[in-house]
Amino acid sequence: MQLNGGLQTVNRPALDRTNPENPIETGAAAISSSTLSRRSFLMCAASAGIAGDILHAARRSAASPELDTPRAQDDALFTAEARFYQKLPNKRIKCKLCPRECTVGDRERGYCGVRENRSGVYYTLVHSRVCAAHVDPVEKKPLFHYLPGSLAFSLATAGCNVNCKFCQNWDISQARPEQVPAEYIPPKRVAELAAQWHCPSIAYTYSEPVVFSEFLMDAADAGHEAGIRSIVVSNGYIQDDALRAAYGKMDAVKIDLKAFSDSYYQKVVTGQLKPVLDTLVALRKMGKWTEIVYLVVPTLNDGDGEIGGLARWVKQNLGTDVPLHFTQFHPDYLLKNLPITPVPTLERAREIARAEGLHFVYIGNVPGHPAENTYCPRCQRVLVERVGFEIRQMLILKGACPYCKETIPGMWHA
Amino acid sequence: MRNERTTSRREFLTTSLVGAVGFNAVQNLSSLESARSIEQPAKSRVSIAYDSLLRGPLPDAHGTAAIRHDSKTLDSDRVSNLLDQAMQGLFDSADRGRIWEKLVRPGQLIGVKVNTLGGRGLSSNVQLVEEICARLQEAGIRPQDIVIWDRDSTELERAGFRIRTGGSQVQCFGTDRVGFEADLVTFGSVGSQLSRILTQRCDVLINVPVLKDHDGAGVSIALKNMYGAIHNPNKYHPNGCDPYVADVNMLQELRAKLRLHICDATTACFDGGPAFKPEFTWRPNALIVSEDPVALDQIGWQMIERKRAEQGLKTLAAEDRAPRYIETAADAEHRLGNNDQRRIVVSEKHVA
Repeated sequence: MQLNGGLQTVNRPALDRTNPENPIETGAAAISSSTLSRRSFLMCAASAGIAGDILHAARRSAASPELDTPRAQDDALFTAEARFYQKLPNKRIKCKLCPRECTVGDRERGYCGVRENRSGVYYTLVHSRVCAAHVDPVEKKPLFHYLPGSLAFSLATAGCNVNCKFCQNWDISQARPEQVPAEYIPPKRVAELAAQWHCPSIAYTYSEPVVFSEFLMDAADAGHEAGIRSIVVSNGYIQDDALRAAYGKMDAVKIDLKAFSDSYYQKVVTGQLKPVLDTLVALRKMGKWTEIVYLVVPTLNDGDGEIGGLARWVKQNLGTDVPLHFTQFHPDYLLKNLPITPVPTLERAREIARAEGLHFVYIGNVPGHPAENTYCPRCQRVLVERVGFEIRQMLILKGACPYCKETIPGMWHA
Repeated sequence: MRNERTTSRREFLTTSLVGAVGFNAVQNLSSLESARSIEQPAKSRVSIAYDSLLRGPLPDAHGTAAIRHDSKTLDSDRVSNLLDQAMQGLFDSADRGRIWEKLVRPGQLIGVKVNTLGGRGLSSNVQLVEEICARLQEAGIRPQDIVIWDRDSTELERAGFRIRTGGSQVQCFGTDRVGFEADLVTFGSVGSQLSRILTQRCDVLINVPVLKDHDGAGVSIALKNMYGAIHNPNKYHPNGCDPYVADVNMLQELRAKLRLHICDATTACFDGGPAFKPEFTWRPNALIVSEDPVALDQIGWQMIERKRAEQGLKTLAAEDRAPRYIETAADAEHRLGNNDQRRIVVSEKHVA
């Protein structure tokens, strides 16, 4: 599930109609035979603010089965035994993928809706079942300290292990796989497509990659064999063993830390805070490049005390160099009664975090705001200038500030 | 050109006046209703009809006559009679035609929501559903205006139903064929998309659940069968499905269309549900009918508890899975029916 307002929302078909000649709109079949030139592709990316919609779902308009039977998806194609579960008596299982630990009876599914118990064997139903694929700027994830200006071949399957009331991609994250049109794109094909679209990385994103961990692991292996990195955009709501196995294969991670209070996690997210904090600490120990996004929702998680507590926790447990993005909330899904986060609220959050000593605190979903830029923590000069997803200047040289030589943490060059 | 949706000032005022009258009437009715429910809650009726010969003759002393007693196939004539007996018990009338004519009107679209998770072993019985469809046609409903449905066509087929779309026969297909509404509907803790069969193909909904134990919810009977009408039932299984089952049943479109619940207890499940596990099923050879799903669930739950006790199993409460959602469904926020057994009139009839 995505947190960062409009930035990480799956591009809707309406956006893509701005360029009707764009062959990448015609579905996955067009991917392999696309004749879109790199130049026109980049033009499209620049003009639409996106780099491409590779799959999109057409909604049906009439409840008439004889007229409009959706294309059946071959379930067997996408079904593989899950890797993280425990068998129980009477054909029941306990899922060990996320902290929820669903106990699932025969013929039933877990909370995520994409894992099913079939006679005591637990299966993922979303291996290679890609319901959204786009070529995005890596800044859209957002990862600001990881290969800036590069593209990420971004994909998702249906499903999520939480149910955030503000989710902007709820139509795929809160759906069962058979409810969402999808294409079979196995791991090797994912790597091929990433290479074809000149993407140095594959991004697992839009819905919640925790729930398609098996596919993510296999795609990451295929990508690495082809020299393509993997990045994940996740809620971090995952058990430690699964984290080490799945996200151990990642080259960079963005975690949506949705609040710094457990009550918010329970009421708004349907999850728990502590496992997410544990994930952040574990990623730090694993040496994974990690950035944090905090979606600031007016009245619910924007208190000074909560922001201050968050910043202190980050400083004490992760250090001062972890990028922290405060992003603007937009009403959606089940949380339409609240306004867009006022920019001064985001600015105040940033100031609180900086006052606690964090070096890289950004404001997101406010294109053109100066807090989209990366500043040298020592000399305060602009090192990376951004407007929205676009990089205007990138001055970091060999991982350091060109002016004062201060080391700037991150992966700046491929 | 005049916009079709434009309303003149005169039309607006007329509509407003009618609306105001309607609103007042509704207000008066609802205040009357709430006063009555506080002072003297209406009793709910649940009718149970049993037929021990539903599968054929009982075994003799040597067990040699048990020709069909263990059969999954029911005797159609006896199913037909059992349905009539259960309905007569509920409506206190021997005139089956009048009973069904009270429930539906010619021209209406009727949905028969079955439960097919348990395959052939533990799903809404095909013969029973056929009998219900026959009664609906006797009441003047055109066959093509009846749709037998559940969430998935493959599950319907596994349970023995034949998928039928189009033509002038009774329709049968799953939501997978037509999808869900794009818009979310909400109540309490629930936000879901509804099956387009429910929203577009049903004026009246007849619920045909199965009497089942459920490892998470405690039991799955009438109320929980409505999980098959929403797109995200997996999100509503935590905490024993409480308050989610009650909240789902409060969704306006469901509540407005649900007219009758005919629980198939020909074969039932006392443990290990909701999937079919032969070792945990028994054959009450019964139908449980009510207009009140809460009362039906309360009575059905007690039947399951009695069977569990007979089998030496702990109560659902002792296993920390009592179906608390039934009480929630009856609370002041939901008022979906009665769970207080003192206020439920149970009529039982043994056909054989």
